[in-house]
Amino acid sequence: MIKIKNLVKRYGSNYALDDVSFEIGEGEIVGLLGPNGAGKSTVMNILTGYLSSTSGTVEINGVDMLESPIEAKKYIGFLPEQPPLYPEMKVMEYLNFVYDLKGTDLPREEHLSEILSVVKLSDLKHRLIKNLSKGNKQRVGIAEALIGDPRVLVFDEPTVGLDPKQILAVRSLLRTLARRHTVILSTHILGEVQAVCERVIIINKGKIIADERTEDIVRTIEDSYRLRVKICGSAREVEAALSKINGVRGVTATGERDLDAYAYIIETESGTDVRRAVFSTCVSRGFVLIGMENVGTDLETVFIRLVDRSDGARTDKKKRAKR
Amino acid sequence: MLAIYKRELRAYFTGVIGYVFLVIYLAVAGVLFCYSTLFSMSADVTSYYSLMLIFSAIVLPLLTMKSFSEERKMKTEQLLMTSPVSITGMVMGKFLASYTVFAAAQLFTSLYFLFLIPYARLQFATLFGNMLAMLLVGLVFIAVGVFVSSLTENQLSAAIGTIAIILGFIGVGLLSSLLPTSYWLRYVLDTFSVLSRYQSFTNGYFEVSAVFYYLSIAALFIYLTVRVFDRRRYN
Repeated sequence: MIKIKNLVKRYGSNYALDDVSFEIGEGEIVGLLGPNGAGKSTVMNILTGYLSSTSGTVEINGVDMLESPIEAKKYIGFLPEQPPLYPEMKVMEYLNFVYDLKGTDLPREEHLSEILSVVKLSDLKHRLIKNLSKGNKQRVGIAEALIGDPRVLVFDEPTVGLDPKQILAVRSLLRTLARRHTVILSTHILGEVQAVCERVIIINKGKIIADERTEDIVRTIEDSYRLRVKICGSAREVEAALSKINGVRGVTATGERDLDAYAYIIETESGTDVRRAVFSTCVSRGFVLIGMENVGTDLETVFIRLVDRSDGARTDKKKRAKR
Repeated sequence: MLAIYKRELRAYFTGVIGYVFLVIYLAVAGVLFCYSTLFSMSADVTSYYSLMLIFSAIVLPLLTMKSFSEERKMKTEQLLMTSPVSITGMVMGKFLASYTVFAAAQLFTSLYFLFLIPYARLQFATLFGNMLAMLLVGLVFIAVGVFVSSLTENQLSAAIGTIAIILGFIGVGLLSSLLPTSYWLRYVLDTFSVLSRYQSFTNGYFEVSAVFYYLSIAALFIYLTVRVFDRRRYN
């Protein structure tokens, strides 16, 4: 559905995008993840034809964005970072304008009222946009993207600035939309990708550093296994005792205190389960174990490691080049 | 293009700009009309129209200053640029909306002369010549305004920039009339002089070359606006 090949965007000698390529199939829901300034918005702006690339091609449903932009744009619904709303218009007036602008040929009344009910704005359709709350403005923006029933939906940071309840509502809306559309959304919130996306493309400093299924990405990076325990007793002794257990790589006190117990994170080699050994060590040394749980590597950690790794690789390369 | 045209036209009158423009334009036109004809007991239309020309140069930017600068500031241009509409269609939609408001106001003020019919012998050729000339010059002024508004997100800068360019157009005409007739610089200045072509219309002559001149200057500025958007995508 979306084919991006060797995309480069250069501002002077600065590379905003450096050889980015990926493909997204029909019906996929993909998260574009990266720290601020990584190039997410640039990818989306080029994908939707707002910006031109320095080199590389974008194809939407087999139509080249540069060769026939008007045709290609028909397949895309785009919600930019800041929803493109005219504050002095009423919701319905705005949607009618977008309907005309996109040259939609679906039955007007039916199509617009269906969209209004999907984004839950039916009650507010005669309100002025400037009087809506931020969450509702975002919904109007999403409604705008949905007009014309485009096959590809592009959402740039759709939940930024919303309150927790609105965030959940928008996420569940995104999941509903993914059933009928190909969705690509950008975010720097990792939980969002885990909650919504099947696939994640991580981008840092204009380069793709990972492109995998959401559940796989944690597994690929995960080379250790972490256990969180709470033990009563002298911190120094406990740490020393735990470190001696077979398979333990390191023990760190988190500094957190629960009554007279301290919390520790035990890192072990992958594939070894030290829970029994931890318990028996505590018993034999007379420590009281009051809590123990597995801490999986979350996307947050994966993300930071990947970004660090790619930064590191880059500086290594530079050092090598200098030599 | 039609969608943008309709929205733009409606936006003039859901906000205040449309009304402000019409009130100022019609009021000043009324005053100028009184002074140039009624009070001086004259049916001469040309002096009224030459005053209106200068006045239009100052108020027309009111209509165009928002065109693209507002879209850019509110980021709504992202919607226009990612919709299946050509850039030329987008620019033309904006241009025609501003022009419609101007032309409506202009034609309405021309009705003032109807009041003179019972009292004086109006020269209709001169009147229509002047009306047509104003409508043609308006094309250029509005195209300049739309172009300048595409350069900035600040409405005030857009308005001042537009006035500066328009006064420049008028100024070169005045400057060239001070130069000796055969001096080469005079020809150069005349090329850019919006006023020199205006004169023959006010005498009641219809000059096809002048119509082409105004249309092509307006087209040039519309083309430049399109180029601004095209270029910005690469920057």
